[in-house]
Amino acid sequence: MEKMTRVSGTVSGCTMFCHLDAPANAISVCRDATQVVVAGRNIFKIYGLEEDGFVERLNLRVGRKPSLNFSCADVMWHQMEENLLATAATNGAVVTWNLARPCRNKQEQLFTEHKRTVNKVCFHPTEVNMLLSGSQDGFMKCFDLRKKESVSTFSGQSESVRDVQFSIKDYFTFAASFENGNVQLWDIRRPDRYERMFTAHTGPVFCCDWHPEDRGWLATGGRDKMVKVWDMSTNRVKEIYCVQTIASVARVKWRPERRYHLATCSMMVDHNIYVWDVRRPFIPFATFEEHKDVTTGIVWRHQHDPYFLLSGSKDSTLYQHMFKDASRPVDRANPEGLCFGLFGDLAFAAKESLMSAPQSVGDVGRKTYPGGDRRYPIFFFKKPDVTEQFAQVSSALSVFESEAGSSVGMDWFINTAQSYLLSGKPFAELCEHNAQVAKRLNRPQESTTWTMLRIMFSEPANPSLSSNHNLNKSGNLPLVNSFSMKEMSAALNERNKENRQDNLHSLETNLNNNDENEETEGSEGQAEYLFGDAELDDDDLYSMEHDNQAAEEPEYLLPQEAFPLRHEIMDHPSAPEPVQEKPESPHVSGSEAESTCLTPMESFSLISVSQLLFSPHLPPKFFCPIVKEMLCYYAEQGDVQMAVSVLIVLGDRIRKEIDELTQEHWYMSYIDLLQRFELWNVSNEVIKLSTCGAIMCLNQTSTTLHINCSNCKRPMSNKGWICDRCHHCASVCAVCHHVVKGLFVWCQGCSHGGHLEHVMEWLKQSKHCPAGCGHLCEYT
Amino acid sequence: MNGTADICNHCRNMIREKEKGMKMSRHISTGPSSFIPENEIIGAMPLNDSTVMFLDEEFSGRMDNLTQVMGLHPHYLQAFLRCHYYLLRMDGPLPLHYRHYIAIMAAARHQCSTLVCQHVQEFEQIGVCSDWLRGLEFCPQRLRNLNEINKILAHRPWLITKQHIQALVKTGEHSWSLAELVHAVVLLAHFHALASFVFGSGVNPDPEVTEVNGVTDDICPPAMAGLCTCHLTNSNQGNRNPLRNPDTGSELEALMERMKRLLEEREDDDASEEEMFTRFEKEKKESLLVVSAGFDEEVVPPSPVARFVDDPSFGYQDFARHGEDNPPTFKAQDYTWEDHGFSLVNRLYSDIGHLLDDKFRTACDLTYYNMASHEGVDTSMLRRALFNYVHCMYGIRYDDYDYGEVNQLLERNLKVYIKTVTCYPERTTRRMYESYWHQFRHSEKVHVNLLLMEARMQAELLYALRAITHYMT
Repeated sequence: MEKMTRVSGTVSGCTMFCHLDAPANAISVCRDATQVVVAGRNIFKIYGLEEDGFVERLNLRVGRKPSLNFSCADVMWHQMEENLLATAATNGAVVTWNLARPCRNKQEQLFTEHKRTVNKVCFHPTEVNMLLSGSQDGFMKCFDLRKKESVSTFSGQSESVRDVQFSIKDYFTFAASFENGNVQLWDIRRPDRYERMFTAHTGPVFCCDWHPEDRGWLATGGRDKMVKVWDMSTNRVKEIYCVQTIASVARVKWRPERRYHLATCSMMVDHNIYVWDVRRPFIPFATFEEHKDVTTGIVWRHQHDPYFLLSGSKDSTLYQHMFKDASRPVDRANPEGLCFGLFGDLAFAAKESLMSAPQSVGDVGRKTYPGGDRRYPIFFFKKPDVTEQFAQVSSALSVFESEAGSSVGMDWFINTAQSYLLSGKPFAELCEHNAQVAKRLNRPQESTTWTMLRIMFSEPANPSLSSNHNLNKSGNLPLVNSFSMKEMSAALNERNKENRQDNLHSLETNLNNNDENEETEGSEGQAEYLFGDAELDDDDLYSMEHDNQAAEEPEYLLPQEAFPLRHEIMDHPSAPEPVQEKPESPHVSGSEAESTCLTPMESFSLISVSQLLFSPHLPPKFFCPIVKEMLCYYAEQGDVQMAVSVLIVLGDRIRKEIDELTQEHWYMSYIDLLQRFELWNVSNEVIKLSTCGAIMCLNQTSTTLHINCSNCKRPMSNKGWICDRCHHCASVCAVCHHVVKGLFVWCQGCSHGGHLEHVMEWLKQSKHCPAGCGHLCEYT
Repeated sequence: MNGTADICNHCRNMIREKEKGMKMSRHISTGPSSFIPENEIIGAMPLNDSTVMFLDEEFSGRMDNLTQVMGLHPHYLQAFLRCHYYLLRMDGPLPLHYRHYIAIMAAARHQCSTLVCQHVQEFEQIGVCSDWLRGLEFCPQRLRNLNEINKILAHRPWLITKQHIQALVKTGEHSWSLAELVHAVVLLAHFHALASFVFGSGVNPDPEVTEVNGVTDDICPPAMAGLCTCHLTNSNQGNRNPLRNPDTGSELEALMERMKRLLEEREDDDASEEEMFTRFEKEKKESLLVVSAGFDEEVVPPSPVARFVDDPSFGYQDFARHGEDNPPTFKAQDYTWEDHGFSLVNRLYSDIGHLLDDKFRTACDLTYYNMASHEGVDTSMLRRALFNYVHCMYGIRYDDYDYGEVNQLLERNLKVYIKTVTCYPERTTRRMYESYWHQFRHSEKVHVNLLLMEARMQAELLYALRAITHYMT
């Protein structure tokens, strides 16, 4: 931290605190910074500020049954007269206290002129006998302490007064803040009317504070979570700074000797005290985090010392904070930024020091734009201000541009969303269609999944032919009823090769990965996969297989002799293990898992084909656990589109298997995504087709359509198409002169229009407006 | 005017058949309230454009009875409707069917079949989870967990503690997020208070609502709908005309006189703190004695609404009970709506704070400077007395209020009415409604009801929000 530039003689100390007996509502410090008074509903004490702690000096709350006059909402110590204090009581009394009184009861004067709670009292900074109060009843009163009654009453003509503050520089001026968001400036000599009024906040203005040096600077804090600094020196009141905090602002106090600093604390929820540099409104300059409940009073210990802050809190503690012990959020702030552009570009800013040697990492497709680049002129170097104590951070910006059609772009998502069919056709056709779509978009895995689904869940009779056909195309699958283990794996291998052409690179990683687990030659795909299956069978996933067997047993009536290798093959159903296991292993990349997953899928196909040929009895239910795994896998991978689409297409076949909440979650994510891409129609279709209650009622919100009569411009009632004010038919088609009840298209030039198809027809023949207004209509 | 006033609903339905031909207004199909003559309501001030538009949007132009009665105060109605529909229809943490179900749960606590039926119908229109309507045991555990705070808030809000909140939001399968909880709490308080208004103003069930078939039918059989409170009390009412009652003529004058005197006295009233404190305590204690007779026995009729009620025997108990350890008084200045409640509620459920704020403010500031036949009267003192009396019964104390005023301004019959409407609205009878302020207009009595409803809602919210704040810190 910066060196202390000025130390006022007597002030010294450290961060310290003491327990109070009760929550504090307000604190105030005496002029020479040696004593502090704490006031609250059940406390009214004076503490001495010693080098190493607080010392209780005086308890002003005397009497056996203290009256409500002691229940303080605010307290102020006179800055001229060291024995004089004033409190605002919750019952509407304004009380002054004289510490010089010889008896125990120091109460000097009692003014009970306010009808409601008094929120604030304020002594005049230079005049000894002048006291101002602001109350819930909307009045401010000025008292001369030599008299028994108030000398003048100021009526805000609006709601409750929350704060009153004498200007430090202008002798006659004071500011008052109100519950309705207004701030008024008054001249103490003119009680009839305020000098100025402006709306500072929406909702109550809880506090205001004049700048100790700058004449005419006023800081206000409100329930709308803002601190604003106003310049009153000009004709028009101008907002010059605005700080957005995270909770409603209860108190604001300018920091002495630091022109741009102010301290705030909040009314609710947030317990910290912040010191802001108003020119840097986004990150607090310093934070004090000691309190456990809301801070109710803050005050700088000495008017010329910026290093000591005192605070009282609802948690019944009184703190002295040292500025050097404050935490500095800037130090912890993350000067890195990351953002996706509209077209899939990725911009990334980080400290220059971190970015200085990026090339060694060897990223591809990355472009670094140092600050000087013309194309991305992001940096506006602010001239550092000497008074500013903010750490200067300069960052470098990198932009990763996505190449057209690369994986960063989400075109595939949009295309898929638009082309997938989710309903309206028989199940098999839907799957077929979607498989084609996926294939067209170069997503073989999804495509295969759809095909698999169709095979698994179709009725055995009709679609089998097409499925066989399809499979035969993709791999030369031996459909003979006796084949050896070797042939079988050969087939597998063969198909793997095919896939390998697609993503050779990823498969390699995959193989390497598997190498670590199994002692096979990594290049031999055949052995590897079989090993994988075998191993997993007796591995930890045994229990799952168990379940499967239970399900399949009754149907398991196959002629054994035709199937020498039947059991080996049948073991494949337990093969989703890789799918399930891979996402858990830490070093899996997305593409790798993808290619691994292909294998089990393929092996299913083998089985189901054989099933279709020889035993049409295997129920679709049998596959449910696997499909469930598959859906979860997709969702885990971030491809919630696939999960939801499959869920919808399969409908009742799978719905029972997955718990409602998960389904809801998937639906919500998918709908959210669709809406981000403005695919409203698709998102609505998904909502409509969903079976979750919570999702279905989504499109029942905001279903109102507001119509104004085209004739008299008044809102139409929902009854019929005749406006009940001007008795004309609203929205008449300019071509057929009938009421348009569906899509209404109109020219933005002359605002005539009508049925979409009528207007289209009309425009084929004529360029002029059908209404005959002579406008050359243009439709885009 | 008085001819139709005392006819109970049954008879009115018959008359309605005859009158149908001459009906001018499209939305009046039956008397909206069993306490207030129909023509008083129809002749009410016209609603302003924006309110009408709002109604059109949300109701497709239909006005239910509640809206019609409230329409006596169009300015308030606007604030109310905005808040009401924000809570039920607009973006919020809870799904729509949850909201209506919570409304049903809240209204059922006071056996308010009018509101229950209305929301059962709305719930059905959403068209999901309709088996929940078969009763509480059919709805998810998560909603059932709300039962506890529902019953506490409805009957003894001062008992709510941070443990209740903790139990709801603690992580687990059926936990609530704070935002959801705040939404639920606001809904509960809103519908408890609304039930007070419905009973307090004798709002009749809507004919459209009772006509729907399906589940609603067995919840609100037509017979039940016709059984309004006026039916119970009508027989001994006779054809009394309050305006002609000789001994009440001076009542209004006396009240005005007292208000004037209080205003003058205030200046030189130097009551000590102790005195003020005892006045509050006295008012609090006295509210115990104000009990509507004949209901000592807690008999809960096996109404069809009961399926949405858990622990029906839990009812109102006086805040200050004789010879018991009373819960500490809630000091209003320590947790106010404007400062604390608003900030919390708005933080967790955006914008609702502004709407509630607007509603409270409108209700408290609403005045026509009239008292019965007198004009140009400052009624703020009376309004504040009503508002603070309700809070007093809930144990909320304002330091800056002299509770002696309550005693002077609110006559005993009125206190009985207030206590009944706020604490156990289901017992409100027409006789209670008529027994106070004989010379006042019905619209003024509805105004009283609005104040009671808002005061009650604020009290419930303050207790609940304070508990949430305690939980958070």
